[in-house]
Amino acid sequence: MNIHIKRLLRPTFWKIVAAIILTLGLYSIYLRFTGGLAAVTNLNDHFPWGLWIGFDILCGVGMAAGGFTLCAIVYIFNIKKFKPIIRPTILTAFLGYLLVILALLIDLGRPWAIWHAIIMWNPRSVMFEVAWCVMLYTTVLFLEFSPVVLEKFRAEKLLKIIRGITIPLVAIGILLSTLHQSSLGALYLIVPTKMHPLWYSINLPWFFYLSAIGVGCAMIIFESYLSSKAFKKNLEFELVSDVGKWIVVVMSTYLTWRFMDLILNDKLSLLFVDSIETYLFWLEIVLGAIIPVILLAIPKIRLNRAGLFVSACFVIGGFLLNRLNVSVTSLQGFSHVSYFPSIYEIIVTLFLVTLGVIIFNLAVQNLPVYEKTEEQILVEFEIITDDDLKVQEAK
Amino acid sequence: MNRKAFLIDITECVGCGACYEACKEQNHLPQTSDDPLRDFLSDKTYTIVEQRGDYFVRRMCQHCEEPTCVSVCPVGAFTKTEIGAVLYDESKCLGCRYCMQACPFQIPRYEWGSLTPRVQKCIMCFDRVKEGNLPACAEACPTGATLFGDRNEMIEIARQRIAENPDKYYQHIYGLEEVGGTSVLYLSPVPFEELGFNTKLLKTALPNFTHDALSKIPSLVSVGGVLLTGFYWLTNRKNEIAKEKFEQQKNQRGN
Repeated sequence: MNIHIKRLLRPTFWKIVAAIILTLGLYSIYLRFTGGLAAVTNLNDHFPWGLWIGFDILCGVGMAAGGFTLCAIVYIFNIKKFKPIIRPTILTAFLGYLLVILALLIDLGRPWAIWHAIIMWNPRSVMFEVAWCVMLYTTVLFLEFSPVVLEKFRAEKLLKIIRGITIPLVAIGILLSTLHQSSLGALYLIVPTKMHPLWYSINLPWFFYLSAIGVGCAMIIFESYLSSKAFKKNLEFELVSDVGKWIVVVMSTYLTWRFMDLILNDKLSLLFVDSIETYLFWLEIVLGAIIPVILLAIPKIRLNRAGLFVSACFVIGGFLLNRLNVSVTSLQGFSHVSYFPSIYEIIVTLFLVTLGVIIFNLAVQNLPVYEKTEEQILVEFEIITDDDLKVQEAK
Repeated sequence: MNRKAFLIDITECVGCGACYEACKEQNHLPQTSDDPLRDFLSDKTYTIVEQRGDYFVRRMCQHCEEPTCVSVCPVGAFTKTEIGAVLYDESKCLGCRYCMQACPFQIPRYEWGSLTPRVQKCIMCFDRVKEGNLPACAEACPTGATLFGDRNEMIEIARQRIAENPDKYYQHIYGLEEVGGTSVLYLSPVPFEELGFNTKLLKTALPNFTHDALSKIPSLVSVGGVLLTGFYWLTNRKNEIAKEKFEQQKNQRGN
């Protein structure tokens, strides 16, 4: 493996920033594991779930949704042209889930007992279902990503096995994602009287699912754009632009459903109440759904690199706000305590994001994440065999 | 043993704090306040007496008939015992705190400062009750404001009291139907919302809400699985055509 140590250690502005965040993050984690949750968080008996659940878990899982969305498109619907961006997307999803698990280990009061869900069952609990889905799906993502590593080390036999089970693997991944993306919303079904009515709905699982697909698509655009800048990989822009169209479809469905839900439950008047909840609701809806749907519906903007990128950023921003609104804003009114994350909670969150970016960079620089030719893709789809390739190369 | 319950008659409570002290002693909890009326629920205090105007109101775990905490815990660390007490097993708990998030009464407390934190709350003096004794608080109550016995019996007494003294009592037994019923019943001289009770609770037990969602999983998985396979079958045809074309080209080149 040719990790260029010298190049890696050459200081740049962003490397210094990353180093500072990592150091502070490790220090915060050290404090958490020596002084308990009280030492670093602003959590309390009235507000037991904070930024780590709201952002690191809910947003983290959601933003990894690009993985199963694109897998469905490429493998189940067989729209092969998206193949070139599938590896970086799976890598992001895989890293996302690993970071979610890391965040859980920090947030859980008794992290050494995290495996208990394997043998101590309570199938009535949504959290039990989420735990199993996250475990299984992380395994699926690991297997889906493994060909990248196996190719690097030319483990042909293993590669063949993995390629043989790609389709069932992808199908299982899609089902697992569908289950737990929606279940993260279902977690909140049990607090009908605690949650602000603008967010509480019996359809919360569906809203979580749809918005996860929406943000998954936005993440594909977001990463492709940054990757093309950072790694000078000229990703098929038209491909990514097509993903913008899906966002229009998914997010307008989401938007319609959410408003229909408010109308059918007589909650429309709440949209005009003068309160912090109302403003944050509008901000989330306008920023994360209305603006990007309009922007991406305009071909001129969708087919423009910057326009596409900015629209995706709106979707991501709105998504983050939605998850934080559900997990924090909507519950503050009832608990009568205002919660704002402590500096340590924020640092640990930044730490996890930074860690993700660094590992992604390292992976892209050292593994064949982007290096795929047309022919190799055909091999993977078993349209042609390796021998065919060698014959062609010989010519 | 029959299902047990507390009956707390707010008209009888004088705010002496005997229940508070007895609870501390029984459960070996450290002193947290000189004045029981000013303390609050915490991992070191399972019950308090709150002063609300002229009245005194006990707060503690309600030991719901269909407890939310029991249903939400991913590892089944909570159990509803036969006698009605809701108990917590720290050896199972992984510390996700979903029980705290989900409890409609905001009762479970956490040892935030501990490295091996536990969820803490009233346990209905399970060991005492199991042996036929009263919970410490009920035994200590000098006025009979906290009664303890079979739930059906407690309901009978409560019904009798509000029927016989309509002027003295607000005509509602709090806990009889709230979230599907609880093992702590309250009688009040004034409407319950005036004493800080959550009166917007639904009559249905909360676990039903998530149960509805979870019960859809088997159909979602099986129907979804078939649907995905079907789509794959439909769209894969395109690949086969591409493959045929490729082989044709190869043959032509071969010739």
